[in-house]
Amino acid sequence: MTKTLRLYTKIVLSLLMSALIFGILSSWAYLYPELFNKYLPFYQMRPFHTSSALFFIISGGTLGIMLFTKDVFIKTPFQLKLERVFILCWSTTILIIFISYLLKRFGGREYWEFPAWLALPLLLSWCCLMMSYFISWYKTRNIKPLYIWMWSTGIFFFFLTFIEQNLWQIPWFRESFLRELTVQWKANGSMVGAWNQMIYGSSLYLMVKISGKQEIATDKKAFFFYFLGFTNLMFNWGHHIYNLPTHNWVRHISYIISMTEWLILISIIRGFKAKLSESRKLKHLIPYRFLMASEFWVFANLILALFMSIPAINRFTHGTHITVAHAMGTTIGINTMILLAIIGYSIKIDNLDIVRKTIFLKAFYLTQISFGIFWLALISAGVLKGYRSIILKIGSFQEMMKPVNIAIIVFAIAGLFAATGLSTIALMYWKLVNHCKENVK
Amino acid sequence: MFKKVWIVLFTTFCVYTFWTYAYDDGTQPSYQDESIVSGWEIWQNKNCQSCHQLYGLGGYMGPDLTNIAGDRNKGKEYMYTFIKHGTGSMPDFGLNDDEVENVVAFLSWVDKTGKSQVDERSVHWSGTYIINK
Repeated sequence: MTKTLRLYTKIVLSLLMSALIFGILSSWAYLYPELFNKYLPFYQMRPFHTSSALFFIISGGTLGIMLFTKDVFIKTPFQLKLERVFILCWSTTILIIFISYLLKRFGGREYWEFPAWLALPLLLSWCCLMMSYFISWYKTRNIKPLYIWMWSTGIFFFFLTFIEQNLWQIPWFRESFLRELTVQWKANGSMVGAWNQMIYGSSLYLMVKISGKQEIATDKKAFFFYFLGFTNLMFNWGHHIYNLPTHNWVRHISYIISMTEWLILISIIRGFKAKLSESRKLKHLIPYRFLMASEFWVFANLILALFMSIPAINRFTHGTHITVAHAMGTTIGINTMILLAIIGYSIKIDNLDIVRKTIFLKAFYLTQISFGIFWLALISAGVLKGYRSIILKIGSFQEMMKPVNIAIIVFAIAGLFAATGLSTIALMYWKLVNHCKENVK
Repeated sequence: MFKKVWIVLFTTFCVYTFWTYAYDDGTQPSYQDESIVSGWEIWQNKNCQSCHQLYGLGGYMGPDLTNIAGDRNKGKEYMYTFIKHGTGSMPDFGLNDDEVENVVAFLSWVDKTGKSQVDERSVHWSGTYIINK
C-alpha cells in the first residue's frame, strides 16, 4: 500500500469513528433534548453523524477503487497525481464542512447537507478522480470484467447525481415546491445506487480474489443482475416520494421497477446452498466473514425494501423509523461490512496473531448481534408510529410518540454496543495500516 | 450487446429526467412574495429539516409540518408561538418577529402544495396510489 493510500485509509477510518461517536450523541440527544439542547443539540449532532457516515461510505467506495485498480490498471504518474489532488481537496472540504457545523452553518438539506458553496470543491475533486480513473478505463481495450463496469457506473453516476442534487441552487427548480422535492429525492435515491455500484464492484473484485473464480465477474447471470441494479439506480427513486402529489407515473414506474428486486431475492434464496458450502471452505478468512455478513444484511434489507416499495404498505411506513431501519440497515449492514472487508483484505487482517484475532472476532460478533437488535428496535418503533398515526390517528405528537420512545431507548443502548464493536475493529485496522509499508511511493 | 443495452437505458433515463424536471400540472402555487423565499432560507439555515419532516421527509424528533398551517386545531398562532419561543425539546433559535413571519409564510406555502398523508381512497387495488387524477 502506498503512503497516500495509507493516509487515505486512515481518513476513511476516522470518518467511521466520527460517524459512530456522533451517532451515539445524536441518539441520546434525541431521547433527552432538555439535557443536550444547550451544548450538543440534536439539530447540530445529526449533520455531524449523517455527513460522517456518508463521507465514510463514499470515501470508502473511492478507496476501494483506488486500492484495487492499482492491480487492474496501469497508472501514469499524472493519474496518481490526480488521485492525490482528489484526496487532498476532498478531505480538506470535509474538514471545512465539519468546521461549518461547529459554527452552526448548515445546508438544511435532507440528509447529506453542507453550506451550498462547498459543493464546488467537492465536485472539482470528484472530477480529478474521474479523470484519473477514465484515462485508465479508456486505455483498457480488452473485454472488461463486471467490476470495472460497476466502478465506472458508480463514479460517473455519482458525478451526475451530485450535480442534480445541487440543482436547487438554480431558482427555477425552487419555483415549485413539488419539483424541488422530486428532484432532490431523485438525486438522493440515484446517488445511493451510484455509491452501491462502486462498493459492490469492489466486493465482486474481492470475491474473485478470495475464491479464485474469475467467472463470477464475467458470466451472463452477473451481467443480468448488473443491469437490474443499473435500472433500479435510474428509475427506482420514486419510492421516497410516493405521497407527493406529483404525476402518478412517477409512482407507477418506481413501483414496477422496485418489484424487479424480487428476482434478486429469489436468486439469493436459490444460491443459499452453494453459498453455505463455499462458506465452509472460506470462513477462516476475516474479509470473507464481512462479505457474508453483508450478504445476510442484503437479504434482510431487501425484504424490508420490497414491502416498503408497495405504496399501499408505504402509506404506513413512510415518515416512520422503518425508513431509518432501512437506511441504517443498508449503510451499516451492507456498505460498512463490505468496506471493512475491502480494507481488511488490503491491510492483510488475516495475519493477526491468535490473541488479537480472538478479540477481533468478538468485536465482529458483538457488532452483528447488537446491530440486529438495533435494526429490530427501529422497525418496532416504525410499526408503532405507523399504527398510532395512520390507524389510531392520534393527533398529539407527544402522545403518539410515548410508546415509540421505549423502542428508541432499546435502539440507543444497542447502538452503544454496536459502536463499541465497530470502533474496536476500526482501531485494530488503524494499527495495522501502519504496518502495510510495502511498495511505498 | 452490453454497450447497446447500456446506451438504451441511459437514453431512457435522460428522457425521463427531463420529463420529471419539466412536469407541471399547473395547480401548484408558485412564489407569491419574498417572505416565502426568506422563510425557506431560514428553514435551511437553522436546519429545521433535521427534526421536522415535510411530506414525511426529514428528521423524526418533531412532527411533520407539511400541513401544520392548514390544521384547524393549530394554525398560524400556534406555529408563531412555537417558532418564536421553542419548547422543552425544541430550542429557541432567537428569531425576530419578521423571521418568524417568514417561516410561517413558507410553511403556509408548503401547506397549499398538497397533503402529506395519503387518503385511504387514493390506494388503488394494485397497491399503488392514484393521487389528484
